Amino acid sequence: MKATRIQGRIWALTNPEGRLYNDIDTDQIFHNRYLHITDVAQMGQYSLDNLKGWEDFAKKAQPGDIVVAGGNFGAGSSRQQAVDCFRALGIAAIVAESFGAIYKRNAINSGLPIVALPGLVGLAGAFHSGDTLAVDFATGEVVRNGQVYRAEPFSQVQMDIYQAGDIFAYGKQLEGQDG
Amino acid sequence: MSGQTILEKIFQSHTAGDVPVVPGNIIWLDLDVRTARDFAGANVVQNYRAHYGQDPVADKARTFFTFDLVVPANNIPYANNQQQCRIFAREQGIKVYDVDAGIGSHVAIEQGLAYPGVTLVGTDSHLNVLGAIGAFGQGMGDQDIAFAFKTGRTWFEVPPTMKVVIAGELKPPCTARDLTLAVVGRLGASGALGRAIEFYGPAVEALDLAGRITLSSMATEMGGIIGLIPPSEEVLAYCRQRAGRADLPAHYADPDAHYVETVQIDITDLEPLIACPPAPDNVKPVREVAGKRIDSAFFGSCTNGRYEDFALVAAVARGRHVAPGVMASVVPATREVYGQMLASGLVQTLFDAGFIVSNPGCGGCASGHIGMTGKGEVQVSTSNRNFPGKQGAGETYLVSPLTAAWSAIEGQITVPEVLR
Repeated sequence: MKATRIQGRIWALTNPEGRLYNDIDTDQIFHNRYLHITDVAQMGQYSLDNLKGWEDFAKKAQPGDIVVAGGNFGAGSSRQQAVDCFRALGIAAIVAESFGAIYKRNAINSGLPIVALPGLVGLAGAFHSGDTLAVDFATGEVVRNGQVYRAEPFSQVQMDIYQAGDIFAYGKQLEGQDG
Repeated sequence: MSGQTILEKIFQSHTAGDVPVVPGNIIWLDLDVRTARDFAGANVVQNYRAHYGQDPVADKARTFFTFDLVVPANNIPYANNQQQCRIFAREQGIKVYDVDAGIGSHVAIEQGLAYPGVTLVGTDSHLNVLGAIGAFGQGMGDQDIAFAFKTGRTWFEVPPTMKVVIAGELKPPCTARDLTLAVVGRLGASGALGRAIEFYGPAVEALDLAGRITLSSMATEMGGIIGLIPPSEEVLAYCRQRAGRADLPAHYADPDAHYVETVQIDITDLEPLIACPPAPDNVKPVREVAGKRIDSAFFGSCTNGRYEDFALVAAVARGRHVAPGVMASVVPATREVYGQMLASGLVQTLFDAGFIVSNPGCGGCASGHIGMTGKGEVQVSTSNRNFPGKQGAGETYLVSPLTAAWSAIEGQITVPEVLR
């Protein structure tokens, strides 16, 4: 069983005014000029390099870090690279107010933990880059400095895929059950 | 049990499980058609090979590649990726709609792969264009699609459906695109987040297929799963003919279907609209930005790449010329549209007026083809996204084909007139 409770240093994706960015789209996460790249290991270096103020994110991020963003994170295209680039960097989880629909699927299918925390943007100033955050995927509990926030826990399919590793491993488990 | 929405009915007819098709539930969804395009296609192939080796796809007759992004390849990485897909397709016996074919979602409608009630997935986030014919289309990532190639199904969370009711009628010079921008401006970038939309009202019913495609295509820009339009008799007749099926049932919502929200939008006083940088929902009347000098105009994309769209442009272009210093690029959605434009003389009209007309595809929309912008460049575009850096370093203003045409002729953002 993989851990369902993690702890890590956060990167709060804020705009120049210091507020969490909403509607970060997949071209800001992983620009279409890199779409020909198919090797996941090559994707990390380009993460967020089209998001104002975060061009050097890939250099700063460390494995185990947690990304925090506003609403509709991952809006836009269907590109898996916008998820895989964070996997390549070893990002442990993404906590956002909400996620783009396709992005949400892509993250779940590849086993990258994502957690939606409704009202996150309204918690003005509560999350700062460098803070330590604990996230419980099973209960949805998000803890910072002893303060507890209620996020949406993983759905059953999200937990099953996370535990299996990815959609492929999960699919094989299902086949095994059927047979 | 209450009635069902259009999407719930489509899902109900495509799930074998006993999980009720109600919003929030996760069901196993049978996929009638599985596709991949040149973007992410190679990633699909690599994922497939890594996890399934030489195993055959679930059904090669319902699996396709549709190349539309960098067509023909203008760089070596994309040439490599496309060739990887072709080799896989030959091994598997899968049909490829190759670099000459055009935008996959439009090809699917024209070729009768998609028709009312069908479920179709691929690696294009605008596959929900298929809502225009009352079908379910969905863009997905490369792992998702590799899984779909192999199994013919996927898990899907049933989204809630919202209703958008348009009051009033569409009057020239407003087009389906202005109506669409009115909806996007009203709902915003996340106004339909994670939801399906159903569109109603006399202005929607009156839309032809091209107009319906325009309206459905921008559900993505509102965070929506899909924007469904109940098929008209005209649309049903078209799809029956294209699919070669005499009897094509379409799904319509039950009178007691449940909607999470109903939004009324009155377009009685609609005027031509424009989405200014940096986002598609930054919508204003064109007159507020009129007079801004432009460097280029792009006509095409899955939102406005139909023959009907270019006919509007040609009507403006006939006997006129693109302003000096303005690049005006026209990219038909499909080879069929291109053929229509050749046969009717539209290509000649546009050529004479100084437009660049290219082979079909997505154009500059994902910076894969003509229509990209340089730093400081101001572009009017009929594409669907103007996020920073999307089509290049320039500024992209999203408008109707009519507004773009007048702007290209005048060399500045221009409020379109019906006839001048």
